[in-house]
Amino acid sequence: MTAYLDHAATTPLVDEAYEAVTRALREIGNPSSLHGPGRRARRVVEESRETVASVLGARPSEVVFTGGGTESDNLAVKGLFWAARAADPARDRVIASRVEHHAVLDAVTWLHDAEGARVTWIEVDGLGRVHPDALAAALAADGGPATAALVTVMWANNEVGTVNDVAALAELAHAHGIPFHTDAVQAVGQLDVDFAASGADALTVSAHKVGGPVGVGALLLGRDADVTPLLHGGGQERDVRSGTVDVAGIAGFAAALEVVRRDGAARAVQLMALRDELVERVLAAVPDAVLNGDPSPSGRLPGNAHLSFPGCEGDALLMLLDAQGVACSTGSACTAGVAKPSHVLLAMGQDIARARGSLRFSLGHTTQPADIDELVAVLPGAVERARLAGAVRPSR
Amino acid sequence: MRVARPRPQKVLAALSGGVDSAVAAARAVDAGHDVTCVHLALTHGIDGSGCCTPDDARDAARVADVLGVPYYVWDLADTFAASVIDDFVASYASGQTPNPCVRCNERIKFAAVLDRARALGFDGLVTGHHARVADGVLRRSVDRAKDQSYVLGTLRRDQLAGAVFPVGTSTKQAVRAEARERGLLVSEKPDSFDVCFTGQDTAGFLRAALGPQPGPIVDREGAVVGAHDGAYAFTVGQRRGVPLGGGTREPRYVLSIEPASRTVVVGSREELAVTSLTGTASTYEGPSRSCDVQLRAHADPIAADVTVRGDELAIALHEPAFGIAPGQAVVLYDGDVVLGGAWISSTNVGA
Repeated sequence: MTAYLDHAATTPLVDEAYEAVTRALREIGNPSSLHGPGRRARRVVEESRETVASVLGARPSEVVFTGGGTESDNLAVKGLFWAARAADPARDRVIASRVEHHAVLDAVTWLHDAEGARVTWIEVDGLGRVHPDALAAALAADGGPATAALVTVMWANNEVGTVNDVAALAELAHAHGIPFHTDAVQAVGQLDVDFAASGADALTVSAHKVGGPVGVGALLLGRDADVTPLLHGGGQERDVRSGTVDVAGIAGFAAALEVVRRDGAARAVQLMALRDELVERVLAAVPDAVLNGDPSPSGRLPGNAHLSFPGCEGDALLMLLDAQGVACSTGSACTAGVAKPSHVLLAMGQDIARARGSLRFSLGHTTQPADIDELVAVLPGAVERARLAGAVRPSR
Repeated sequence: MRVARPRPQKVLAALSGGVDSAVAAARAVDAGHDVTCVHLALTHGIDGSGCCTPDDARDAARVADVLGVPYYVWDLADTFAASVIDDFVASYASGQTPNPCVRCNERIKFAAVLDRARALGFDGLVTGHHARVADGVLRRSVDRAKDQSYVLGTLRRDQLAGAVFPVGTSTKQAVRAEARERGLLVSEKPDSFDVCFTGQDTAGFLRAALGPQPGPIVDREGAVVGAHDGAYAFTVGQRRGVPLGGGTREPRYVLSIEPASRTVVVGSREELAVTSLTGTASTYEGPSRSCDVQLRAHADPIAADVTVRGDELAIALHEPAFGIAPGQAVVLYDGDVVLGGAWISSTNVGA
């Protein structure tokens, strides 16, 4: 009935994760307790940690479980900044790309507003990509690399799906002794994410984007990375993150990543084929629609399609598609629900009208060709109606 | 021969986050309509975050949840600023006393929103206004104290043809009781009376928008009796807060405001009496006639002779009205039925 094309927002739980979560929920025991039930809970957490580490190319000791992607991003951005500035007060500058997810963007803005951090934004190209020379320019700006506390650039963009060369960017930051963080929330599950090979000092991952439960994630944190905690208390996670760990959530996270290890490569191939079919058929049905982001399959997330529909308001299109059982996304909205023109598309040099008239269709492990049939069946009518509504101006 | 329109089937319900619009939407669902709810974001937060009234938006979203219908937020802040707020400020700056709620209905809800809804395939717009409408004819609510037909009184017939007012057949008390029975959490929310974008301090809002504009306060003979910081802080008929020098023996009222010279003219209550006035941009389509007119929200109607001159109305009142300001609406009634409306452009007091 519903064509769910919003996997980048959240993707259905895989059966293996469901079973791992429900099994763990029946058990008692705080992993920090010293008795038998505590040890059994601890074993679930540590085995999960080993799974997460091995799927993502990290050591188990480098996995810090958190409450999700937003917490991991905040811990990395604020924690790396505080620690670097404490060690050397000259390092008071955050270097971040303009197209980061709000969990990074708003943490950086908060550091500027509340903590006196200076911020240098890295420009992106028209496809939404951060080039090493753009990072080099940002490093050299505003007092030079010796004033930089951290660099943060996402692995793959959550809106337009553009993939960055994280290893090259991390290497550039390291050449100046600057820690490098990457938000890999959208990349994990669709791309081969290897923490060690990337060279990053910190990497954000979230369970519910890979078929695990909502409310759990991890920050992969190199053993030499110095991070000031956000949450103080029992010091459960490497003294970097306090709070009783969510055993069931972590078990589900690990189970979902096991499925990624088993199916990930084949799934990426399938997703890419489905995505290409979706784009091709949408462009055939709505000839003046425009694909945003990298047109080359190797440069974008396999499950991402992001298109602008000239003359349409994205929120009108979303409503019309929703009414006909197609679920997709326009981008971010404020707490009251007002749709905002995407900062990603604006940073890519597009005008506000095109930014407002865009939709993201994101595919995942449950996507079938029938979902695309449903979309293509209703999209032209929705575009036609949205164009009429977009042409409406106040009558007096 | 007039063909009866079929009742709207696919409707858009505007949810303010208050009790009236919640019950209106609920009744539309009960009536078998295919209902989609929207909350209208009319202003953006001062921090530029794009947020308007997150609490009201959340309340509206919960109402839609309870009703089990789709819910969206429509951002109309730019249109609202251009059509209502700018008009409000400009109107005060020109010595008038605008009615932004009438403007909002005329230019936002039953224009920008209704037009967009129609373009998107909706047959009509459901709101929580206390008024009744059938076949494009507007009537007062059965709750005379809460009746809102006045603020809808300048709508054209084609605008009213797309309007659905499900709560106009009930008293406010009954609407609240029904909201409680339906488990709508907004049932006890207090009524709002303030202009939604100025809060309680309209004078402060205008001072910020227009800056200080000092000028004299004079009597009808032109003798200076006081001074003010901005004529926009005054409304015709206002008595309190008029800063006059000593020696006045009787209460003074604002009679008129002359924006060019920034002069506020004051006088006695007798001098405030309006017996004739002119309306512009009339929506009344009939011939000259005698009928009731209402000159302010919640004022009693007054019998009058109405003479039609194109889209202007010359109105002679059978008894004097007080505190009638240019910029307000004049709405014509035959009993409960709204005949049409216009904007007051002048009165015999300001002349």
